[in-house]
Amino acid sequence: MKVVKIDKENWAEGIEKIKESYKVFGPSKSKEFHLFKELEKGEAPDLNFLNTRLSPKSMFFPQSEGILCYCLDPNKKDECNIVKEIQKDYSPKAIIGIRPCDAKAFTLVRPNFDNEEYQDPYWIKAYDSITFIGLACSNTDDSKKGMPCSSCFCTSAGCGPFNEEGLDALIVNTDDGYIIKALTNKGEEFLNKAELSANSNADELTANINTLKKQAEEKINSFVETDKLKDKILLDLHSANFWDDECFACINCGTCTYVCPTCWCFDIQDENYGDSGVRFKQWDSCMYPLFTLHGSGHNPRSTKVQRFRQRFMHKLKYYVDKYDNGIQCVGCGRCIRLCPVNIDIRKICNIMNSYEPAA
Amino acid sequence: MIGYMDKIKEISERILKEGKVDIIVGFRKGSLPMMNEPCVVKKAEDVKNLVWDSNCGINLVNYLTNRKEKIGIIAKGCDTRNIVTHIVENKIKKEQLFIIGVPCTGMIDKNKVASKVDSEIIEVTENENTIKVKTKTNEIELNKTDLLQENCSICVHRNPVVYDELVAELIEEPKDIDRYASVKAVESMSAEEKWNYFEDLISTCIRCYACRNACPLCYCPTCFVDESRPQWVGKGQDKSDIRTFHFLRAFHCAGRCTDCGSCERACPMGIKVRDFTKKLEKDCVELFGWEAGMTLKERPPLDEFKLNDPEDFIY
Repeated sequence: MKVVKIDKENWAEGIEKIKESYKVFGPSKSKEFHLFKELEKGEAPDLNFLNTRLSPKSMFFPQSEGILCYCLDPNKKDECNIVKEIQKDYSPKAIIGIRPCDAKAFTLVRPNFDNEEYQDPYWIKAYDSITFIGLACSNTDDSKKGMPCSSCFCTSAGCGPFNEEGLDALIVNTDDGYIIKALTNKGEEFLNKAELSANSNADELTANINTLKKQAEEKINSFVETDKLKDKILLDLHSANFWDDECFACINCGTCTYVCPTCWCFDIQDENYGDSGVRFKQWDSCMYPLFTLHGSGHNPRSTKVQRFRQRFMHKLKYYVDKYDNGIQCVGCGRCIRLCPVNIDIRKICNIMNSYEPAA
Repeated sequence: MIGYMDKIKEISERILKEGKVDIIVGFRKGSLPMMNEPCVVKKAEDVKNLVWDSNCGINLVNYLTNRKEKIGIIAKGCDTRNIVTHIVENKIKKEQLFIIGVPCTGMIDKNKVASKVDSEIIEVTENENTIKVKTKTNEIELNKTDLLQENCSICVHRNPVVYDELVAELIEEPKDIDRYASVKAVESMSAEEKWNYFEDLISTCIRCYACRNACPLCYCPTCFVDESRPQWVGKGQDKSDIRTFHFLRAFHCAGRCTDCGSCERACPMGIKVRDFTKKLEKDCVELFGWEAGMTLKERPPLDEFKLNDPEDFIY
């Protein structure tokens, strides 16, 4: 696979070139924080950020996504009484500057939307239309933000500041240029289309990346313990006595779930306007009172402690047991930084991992 | 305020031991700089975990709703005004509470602190009037008054309105503060400018409902946005549904909001949600001479009818 190093002066040119082949998305600062947005002509991704406020999961799993529409107007003969699929844009897209944790997160999410039994066509088509160009969390002169953040715990959550899973190429921002390493055919195609094939010595650059990777990993000083989660008895954890105390502060807002790159729950809603309407997928959250509310009116998770427990059991126990693929968390730390009342998944994870039921 | 800590622990321990209360609702130290976690203390030996500093901005009255125990609560000015509102609205009885009153000098806005430095904040320590901020590359000292949450910087009710015991002498309330400068700025806009202002204000809203859930007034058993039979508001990201949520929530708080700032503090997207509620607060002052939570003897103006209620806005 190709590894190149390009001058930062040539960067903008490559970005413009790539816009001829892809719709290009990248981090952009609006108001006080960075979010991913489609880059306009002449606009380069702003790589001087710690992480985006929201994960870019909405690129292929929009918060609200129309799937079907209908019409009851007899004057529209071709459409009346027919349920139609809403057409979407699955043209090639490139997302530049996604952090390795987010990219890895989406590989954890995929088995939910794409497995032997079920395939969610909307998620799969949208995800597969994207080329993921990651940005390693390394310190450089122009981004002395103190990366990785002190609340990042990726290395103990099955990920890392240079993790390559889920990425098609990885950008390493160094003081004197960008090293870009292709990881898949999609990534190599991206580099070819950007015409970023500057002189390069792959071995030397790879060694360079490995040094920076080691430095970045050493900067991570926040960890979770997950080694015992798999062997815990599910019902022991479920009925453990720590949930009441730990959930006290939780106000059951959905912030943690909406900012999380691995939270995948959604609801189906119908909305009609006069004689036409749409059916859409809509993010849901285990924090909300309508989550798992049955048609009968019964709700197995009607209280705060039940909803709080659901979030952590899902990520740290049910997922672990069902997929045998580690925890459903990559250690991005967004839920910790943005929780209004300081619920900290690291603490809950460690409590769960070390929990022993009273004899 | 850091100096209140010993007194808070002393009172909490005493009233737990004396059986005056079953639990204390307060804060424990958080896991990030400038974050404390609301907590409940049930045993006298655990009062050592309680903390108090300028990072106790979330309104604790949220945690009183529907509890059955006798509760000791550590309450700053705005918290006590929400306790009054809770009592007036029959959500709780005064006899169920032991209010540990905190004369408050304001809570700091962590976003403001973050904007003063270039790199990630590692540690923040507080003195009486200054805040020391340590980043990965630097260490600076800042004046607390420059870092206050906006609602705290214009607060004129810092002292508790009701309390059973104070942790310190009452402090002098600020005078000559224009509490409604931000509202007046919006009022002076043209209709189009106002529209654009509010569209921009809520443009990043993700409808996580952190503002609603952090609000001590939002205790409805079923919030209007959660009504599903029939559904009152669309669930999606349609702009009209997002507006509806914010407008209706604000109006529901009219005459009840104490401007405690919990909503704004909780918002993960930095939306100034108080821009909605502050206008309604100003209207209540101007139309009814009313400030929420200042007296146990009267109900909020939108909650009752009086013969001298203003009518000139009715056409």
